[in-house]
Amino acid sequence: MMSSLKHVNPTVKGIKESAHSVLQSLAAHVTQEIAQVLAVCLHPELLGNKTLPLDVRLRAQRLLEVCEGGSVGSYTDSSGIPHIRQSIADFIIRRDVGVPSYANNVFISAGSQKGLMVILKLLASGEGDTQTGVLTPMPCPHTLPTLLDDAGMTLVPYQLMEDQGWAVDLSELHRALKCGRGHCNPRAIYISNPGNPTGHVQDWKSIEEVIRFAAAERLLLMVDEVYQDSVYGQGKEFLSYKRVLFEMGKEYSETVELVSFHSLSSACMGECGLRAGYMELVNMDPEVMYFVDTMLCTDISTPVTGQLALDLMVKPPKPGDHSYDTYTQEILLIRATLSQNAQRAHEFLNDLPGMSSQPAMGGIYLYSRLHLPSDIIQKAKIVEVEADVLYCQMLLEEEGVFLGAGCQNGETTGNHYLRLCILVPTDTLEKVLAQLASFHLRLIDKHPPTDR
Amino acid sequence: MSTQAVNGSVSRGKVLTLDTMNPNVKKVEYAVRGAIVQRALQIEKELKEGVKKPFTEVIKANIGDAHAMGQKPITFLRQVLALCSYPALLEDNKFPEDAKQRARRILAACGGHSIGAYSASQGIECIRQDVSRYIEKRDGGIPSNPDNIYLSTGASDAIVTMLKLLVCGEGHDRTGVMISIPQYPLYSAALADLAAVQISYYLDEDKCWSLDVTELKRAVTAARQHCNPRVLCIINPGNPTGQVQSRQCIEDVIRFAKEEHLFVMADEVYQDNVYAEGCKFHSFKKVLFEMGPEYSSTVEMASFHSTSKCYMGECGFRGGYMEVINMDPEVKAQLTKLVSVRLCPPVTGQALLDLVVNPPQPDEPSYSMFMKERTEVLAALAEKARLTEKTFNTVPGIICNPVQGAMYTFPRITLPQKCIDTAKEEGLAPDMFYCMRLLEEEGICLVPGSGFGQREGTFHFRMTILPPTEKLKDVLQKIRDFHVRFTKQFS
Repeated sequence: MMSSLKHVNPTVKGIKESAHSVLQSLAAHVTQEIAQVLAVCLHPELLGNKTLPLDVRLRAQRLLEVCEGGSVGSYTDSSGIPHIRQSIADFIIRRDVGVPSYANNVFISAGSQKGLMVILKLLASGEGDTQTGVLTPMPCPHTLPTLLDDAGMTLVPYQLMEDQGWAVDLSELHRALKCGRGHCNPRAIYISNPGNPTGHVQDWKSIEEVIRFAAAERLLLMVDEVYQDSVYGQGKEFLSYKRVLFEMGKEYSETVELVSFHSLSSACMGECGLRAGYMELVNMDPEVMYFVDTMLCTDISTPVTGQLALDLMVKPPKPGDHSYDTYTQEILLIRATLSQNAQRAHEFLNDLPGMSSQPAMGGIYLYSRLHLPSDIIQKAKIVEVEADVLYCQMLLEEEGVFLGAGCQNGETTGNHYLRLCILVPTDTLEKVLAQLASFHLRLIDKHPPTDR
Repeated sequence: MSTQAVNGSVSRGKVLTLDTMNPNVKKVEYAVRGAIVQRALQIEKELKEGVKKPFTEVIKANIGDAHAMGQKPITFLRQVLALCSYPALLEDNKFPEDAKQRARRILAACGGHSIGAYSASQGIECIRQDVSRYIEKRDGGIPSNPDNIYLSTGASDAIVTMLKLLVCGEGHDRTGVMISIPQYPLYSAALADLAAVQISYYLDEDKCWSLDVTELKRAVTAARQHCNPRVLCIINPGNPTGQVQSRQCIEDVIRFAKEEHLFVMADEVYQDNVYAEGCKFHSFKKVLFEMGPEYSSTVEMASFHSTSKCYMGECGFRGGYMEVINMDPEVKAQLTKLVSVRLCPPVTGQALLDLVVNPPQPDEPSYSMFMKERTEVLAALAEKARLTEKTFNTVPGIICNPVQGAMYTFPRITLPQKCIDTAKEEGLAPDMFYCMRLLEEEGICLVPGSGFGQREGTFHFRMTILPPTEKLKDVLQKIRDFHVRFTKQFS
């Protein structure tokens, strides 16, 4: 062979494997309204099909009007169809109780990760100890470390506080930043709210603290708010970073550079396969924003069906629309299932010896601590994998259940965790929990645990 | 660092500015959507606001977007996709059985039977299998392994991924990538972004934009002085030039690639768009394998295809694939890892691709309508290609090579010295100056040749042949009149 491993881009070789190819295929569902509207947009002959609700057909007609040549097969502007960028801006204004939002600051991309990659690429500079660093929560979304590797940036970890339900701790942020400055140039902080995979939902005070910290330390703030529509913890509500920012006075609201991400691959939509998301850029240098569009150009444009679904996500059926009742029921069902599942899984896992979990307040995961027997930890060392990876492999082999290992979420404290997706039908969850318990109890029985 | 915080009063300079931004990004340009398109959009806005202009609409002949120019989608493809999106329609007897059968098969291969689910990063397995079968059929039985097929978000995604994989080294050792002049600017943008070394080889305008191996040799030899040439990119049929490589030429290129130890990237997205008498599409892989094991078991290659062009023109779906040939298994493992970073290509695009490689067969109900629509689209393009060449060649000062394939024409324009001087004063490339004038006076948006690369001292523009025939005739007429006027004005 002419090209061998030594000729492969070192950045590519440096990317750590991330096992998410067997993702939540169970989580897929399409709300009926979106499925119908997209079907009509794909095959406009259906505009005359009276078995489809009128509001669906009118919506499809409106959306086809904003597609070039009236076809979902045309390219669009690289940053997204203007009409849809405006829909998103309107949604943000409604959500944030009047805080202004402008279509020109909204950038649509093929999945929120693509948008994140663009921002990371723009930020990335330097090498060695001048390399750009990003403060990253531990645990973090399991795809994030790979993205940072790919962009050539340094991951500067800050620990979330497990015993406080995975809350953010300001002194820990300061410690992490100080440490990071010793070997790189930290210029941004990443946070997800609701937390991925922790399910922690930040309150106003916590968000303010982070914003103040970012402002004082001159860090660009990147906030993953993809699970904003699934908050179920008692007394919890989703607060957007932007909303809090704008209540902090001009000193902050006119200066803090904030990028927030949302996506179709959220809890209530679950339209991951359609690949569309958006980011809103606040207080970004306009000259830099020009390059955001240029970078998005290399993909030419985001898939149109995805963009249309985004429009449907941010502008759902209204009372009086034929689809309203079905839509409302579907969303309520998803939210109820999620809440129920979160509660059930948390109680169940906490009851198992050798496991402890913080209750999830939002999001689609339960992140549970594993207190593994020392024999298992030893075994893992010998075969050179993380102990939680070994646990998950054994679970897969013995029970056919695939769960995520905490080390994929960047866990570095030497503790072990399990990541369970709770966006599944309730009876599926019961099956999974039963199989997990069966496996786990067998394991504990064979190897007494080190501690509880 | 944070001297501002240490000072107490926070400086209001931004964290992310042009100065602190990734320096590679500044070099990224994409002419197809650059300054002239920005101006075109602005003019469109002004027209909507009622501003009076010498024209009533802007004709965007800058981008290869067939549907935007009024081409109709192929019925069968959209029927299946609608069924996939809303499976309740499977009960509707207005949909033909062959469409339903394909929809059921695709849905069965999707997670949770929904196109809303993520798929495997490399693409849905049964679709990759279908792609392999299509390739085997196209290439006269030469085997294709589904494991070597990577579905992608348009061909662009796969092209950028491959370049990313192959670029390494520092200084003198930095990877050099050979690309044609003129070229499709995705390549130069990607190379700038990756800080790879671009090695330009000139296509021969006087010989209908053909590729000459002596020119390839010249370019690679010169490049070895300052970089490590490792990749050769070919676009066939060509963009922007439309030339269709002869079989002999492809063989010569493969031989050259073997001698110079180059990885061949064959961009074949226009493979169905061949119009000229005596021209035929030859896939690089087919030619490679027909050259015998000395080549077919050693030359490393990736070929690319997409759902955006040909007779489908479904740009908005972002469907595509690449096939890798003779790749080192360890390198392939890195490639597989790299594609997993972006999760998966859009499932609607994958589904569409499946239909393209698995179209209605002669014994199926949708066959005759499908073939009729397909033939009509390709015939119309062929006609427009001929019309374009003919019309431009009647204009003194415009020389137009035959549009052998693809979707564009790239004629050479003679610009008076006064125009060149004026352009220079305004800080514009002369052909950009020309195109801007055309836009302002006639509302026609083209892309100047400088965006694609051209020999020093020559000027061109790229126009798509996609507008409907009547409109195209009008556009050609307007450009002819403009060119004469412009030449007079600047003599």
